[in-house]
Amino acid sequence: MSDATLPRFRAATEEAPLLRAALIGIAVAGLTVLVFAPLIVVFAEALKDGWLVAVQSLGNRDARSAIHLTLLITAIAVPANAAFGIAAAWFITKFDFRGKAFLITLIDLPFSVSPVVAGLCIVLLFGANSVLGGWLVAHGWPIVFAIPGIVLATIFVTFPFVARELIPVMIEQGRAEEEAALTLGASGWRTFRTVTLPNIRWALLYGTLLCTARAMGEFGAVAVVSGKIRGQTATMPITIEMLYNEYLSVAAFSMAALLTALALVTLLLKTLLEVTHADQLAAIRRH
Amino acid sequence: MPTSLPPSAATEEAALHIDIDEIAKSFGGTTALLPVSLNIPSGALVALLGPSGSGKTTLLRILGGLEFPTSGRVLFNGQDATGMTVQDRRAGFVFQSYALFRHMTVFDNIAYGLRARPRGQRPPKAEIARRVTRLLDLIQLPDIAGRYPTQLSGGQRQRVALARALAIEPRMLLLDEPFGALDAKVRKELRQGLRDIHDETGLTTVFVTHDQDEAMELADLVVVMSMGRIEQIGKPQDIRAKPATPFVRDFISA
Repeated sequence: MSDATLPRFRAATEEAPLLRAALIGIAVAGLTVLVFAPLIVVFAEALKDGWLVAVQSLGNRDARSAIHLTLLITAIAVPANAAFGIAAAWFITKFDFRGKAFLITLIDLPFSVSPVVAGLCIVLLFGANSVLGGWLVAHGWPIVFAIPGIVLATIFVTFPFVARELIPVMIEQGRAEEEAALTLGASGWRTFRTVTLPNIRWALLYGTLLCTARAMGEFGAVAVVSGKIRGQTATMPITIEMLYNEYLSVAAFSMAALLTALALVTLLLKTLLEVTHADQLAAIRRH
Repeated sequence: MPTSLPPSAATEEAALHIDIDEIAKSFGGTTALLPVSLNIPSGALVALLGPSGSGKTTLLRILGGLEFPTSGRVLFNGQDATGMTVQDRRAGFVFQSYALFRHMTVFDNIAYGLRARPRGQRPPKAEIARRVTRLLDLIQLPDIAGRYPTQLSGGQRQRVALARALAIEPRMLLLDEPFGALDAKVRKELRQGLRDIHDETGLTTVFVTHDQDEAMELADLVVVMSMGRIEQIGKPQDIRAKPATPFVRDFISA
């Protein structure tokens, strides 16, 4: 008996072979042009005169200062936004209050406002010509064209990442486990530490990693507030732009490659953690 | 059933009697509970019976300190406990979906309340382990200490939730639809389990249910609720024989 007599039925969600091939083709082509090609070009350009030249271009004083500055800004902005994000998500998901929808919209604001506009707002608020900025400058605390301004701009732009990851997870998990901990005699802080935090740790990690990648790469808002002082307020992305404008393409692409590598490391870290903790992840999601 | 129970409040002092005095609760503009009054005698097993939206869960949560009433008072052994914090109430609370800590083993779940105690009152490690083992024996699941909640059946989860609530040596036991998520056969078995545990600990126990069979079979005292008010309070046989209102008659014959 041959199977040929039986018509072969397609599953309801399965597409015709031709359509399938076309869709996969479009996806692969899109990824190649938009993601893989630029990635390869960045590294190829950086290394076109060899490793030595590329590494040397990162070794001078200004380049090292840019790398330090970017890492410093990230080290301040990411923990700050992790803390803000947890607080905001906690507040939104565990309590009922008026204006909740408004607060959620407010959290999304940095995504919809152009980073340049955000930078300009910081200049207007804290610049030497404003009341607040004038006072701060007079007391030796300049914000604009200094590191605090860059930190503020970075925090503003990357604010939504952690909160946005946490809110859906915390809504889905509800409040019952926290309530259980409270009835068992745990304080609010203990409940947060031993019940809430472990339950959101993966979303928190994911949001933090995204936030890190974005904080290192932020250009627009930082460009407005930094003043681009070489060796002082020029971050990696700003240094890349300045080098490129000066036709120092190997130096520009070397730094670009380093920035890309840092972003790739964060993604790799995330994937690695997902693989090594797959069982825990599954346990949390299955529940 | 093993008889070696964790020393509960019941064995040290008389079980709690609870007075609910004109308790009302509204959330924003909606009224969940009209002023209701109810006396729960020491050591009783009480069912709050009613359809969804009748206010029974709200009343239970007010007893446990998870909600606070808009007006009225709650008295424990005659003393005003209306503003008492949820931690101070020491109510063993079993949640509808059990709310087991999903990232902890069964052992850690049950030990949670003991470990959460302030340093001076916290039992030493070995003592915590002994009590957890005893509770696992009590719920007749001695071998599951190392498992995670996701690896348990619905009935096992419910019993672990009960053990976790008992671990804190509660002054009362409050259960929100304890059998709601279980299939019919397991439900019957666990009903008897709850009755046994109540009889052994002597704890004043209040459970919420929408299942009239469950309430009638299990409880000493049934409180029928509807639309935020108490329709009738009585022994199961009295409610069956003399329903006080048309609602009660309809509801228990359904």
